[in-house]
Amino acid sequence: MLTYDLVVIGGGPAGLAAAYSAYENGVKNILIIERDDVTGGILNQCIHNGFGLHYFKEELTGPEYAQRFEDMVKGTTVEVMTQTMVLGITPQKQIYAVNSQKGYLTIGAKAIVLSMGCRERTRGAIAIPGDRPAGVFTAGTAQRYLNMEGYMVGKRVVILGSGDIGLIMARRMTLEGAKVLAVVEIMPYSNGLNRNIVQCLNDYDIPLYLSHTVTNIKGQGRLEEITVSEVDENRTPIPGTEMKFDCDTLLLSVGLIPENELTKSAGIQIDPRSNGAVVYDDMQTSVEGVFACGNVLHVHDLVDFVTAESMKAGKFAARYVLEQYQHSGETTAVKQGDCVSYTVPQQIDLQAGEETTDVFFRVNRVIKGGTITLTAEDGTVLLSRKKAHLLPAEMEKINLKKDLLKGHETVTLSVNC
Amino acid sequence: MKKELICIVCPQGCRLTVEEKDGSYQVSGNTCKRGEAYGINEMTAPRRVITTTVKLEGGRCPRLPVKTRTDVPKELIFDCMAKINQVTVKAPVKMGDVVLADVMGTGVDVIATRDM
Repeated sequence: MLTYDLVVIGGGPAGLAAAYSAYENGVKNILIIERDDVTGGILNQCIHNGFGLHYFKEELTGPEYAQRFEDMVKGTTVEVMTQTMVLGITPQKQIYAVNSQKGYLTIGAKAIVLSMGCRERTRGAIAIPGDRPAGVFTAGTAQRYLNMEGYMVGKRVVILGSGDIGLIMARRMTLEGAKVLAVVEIMPYSNGLNRNIVQCLNDYDIPLYLSHTVTNIKGQGRLEEITVSEVDENRTPIPGTEMKFDCDTLLLSVGLIPENELTKSAGIQIDPRSNGAVVYDDMQTSVEGVFACGNVLHVHDLVDFVTAESMKAGKFAARYVLEQYQHSGETTAVKQGDCVSYTVPQQIDLQAGEETTDVFFRVNRVIKGGTITLTAEDGTVLLSRKKAHLLPAEMEKINLKKDLLKGHETVTLSVNC
Repeated sequence: MKKELICIVCPQGCRLTVEEKDGSYQVSGNTCKRGEAYGINEMTAPRRVITTTVKLEGGRCPRLPVKTRTDVPKELIFDCMAKINQVTVKAPVKMGDVVLADVMGTGVDVIATRDM
């Protein structure tokens, strides 16, 4: 059996940062397992810019950001095993994997970092009625075809969902000569970053239909026509509002799901709100020595934040390997209150880890002029911050001094709205 | 004249207000210097970085990701794309290699964004 001090599952931005940080913190015997033939993950197909402003203090494209980290990791003793699929992990930190050279592998680890990322929701997940022709893709699939494999997926395009990948693909398809007829969003607000509405839609006069959705798909062989309807406040289509679009392609940008099959196989506790593992502020999961970071934990907007979180996971994974680092047992649970859809971390260890911690969260509606408050069990306000704009599309964070939480088993994070 | 803009310099997306008075511009709502420059440029001569791909021969992918090293005038985006789409590159390529110099006379080079 192969054994390593640390095994990192997934070689995207989270895995590369976690491995690099663990190495910098003293662990030299590290393996990254990646199922693709290169590391860098989704960054390889995100050829647009806007990455790296926080971490590298300059604006990079996705491939450049991946390359920087790949080069950093190349200068270490971290081993990378590509084209290898992990099939399962156990709470005892045994990893079962397979590849075409070595066949079936059992790998032992003192610590594991889970960094498998997320996947896209598909047509099946949102149950659009109608025919099942070719020409319906998730936006990320189309992005890979176009940017890496060199295939143009269509000429007349409608995009459902205003997530960032959908917006980026609206611009990308336009630049390559396609006509993007509309971006359709079921919610009354966009799910992408504001800057992407500006530079991907407004720059190219692509209309955004808020409170609309696709209600029918028509096509024999290839997509021919879709129907778009307005929805009411319960997201139910309003009869009589149908619009027909003559198009050959429908791209779906309707959400991302953390890919946690392996997490579940190890018996790790999952938070149904974030769809990722329940973690402490050191990124450790409910199974000792197993850490999680990046989009497998909760879906991020910015890779820079993935990097920061993963650096932290790598650092504490290193401490776990080198120092028999353990949780103190004196913890505070963070619960979500009004207008907050989830928090990460969900548990804060008051003794172990760092003296302060960031708590990341998302609001569940558009809020103008909100106050973020942290309250104790008895309603005492421990912390409050005003914020002019809060959007579900933009992850928020507050930094907490752990002293503030002393003596509280549970605190609640909410936003008045 | 007053105009509300969303800054696209970084993902923070600051809400800018640009006010014109006798040909000079006053930017507010920005949280960095680059935001101020963006606000003024956007009113006078908007510019964008183009990120796209070119044909790659002999690499692990058939496409090489590229970008304009800095921003180019917004109205030249489609002309630049037409020029970039004529380029074929042979592997190996290093990140930062120039694949097309001075695209459309803008003085801006198109460079590779990944080793391939």
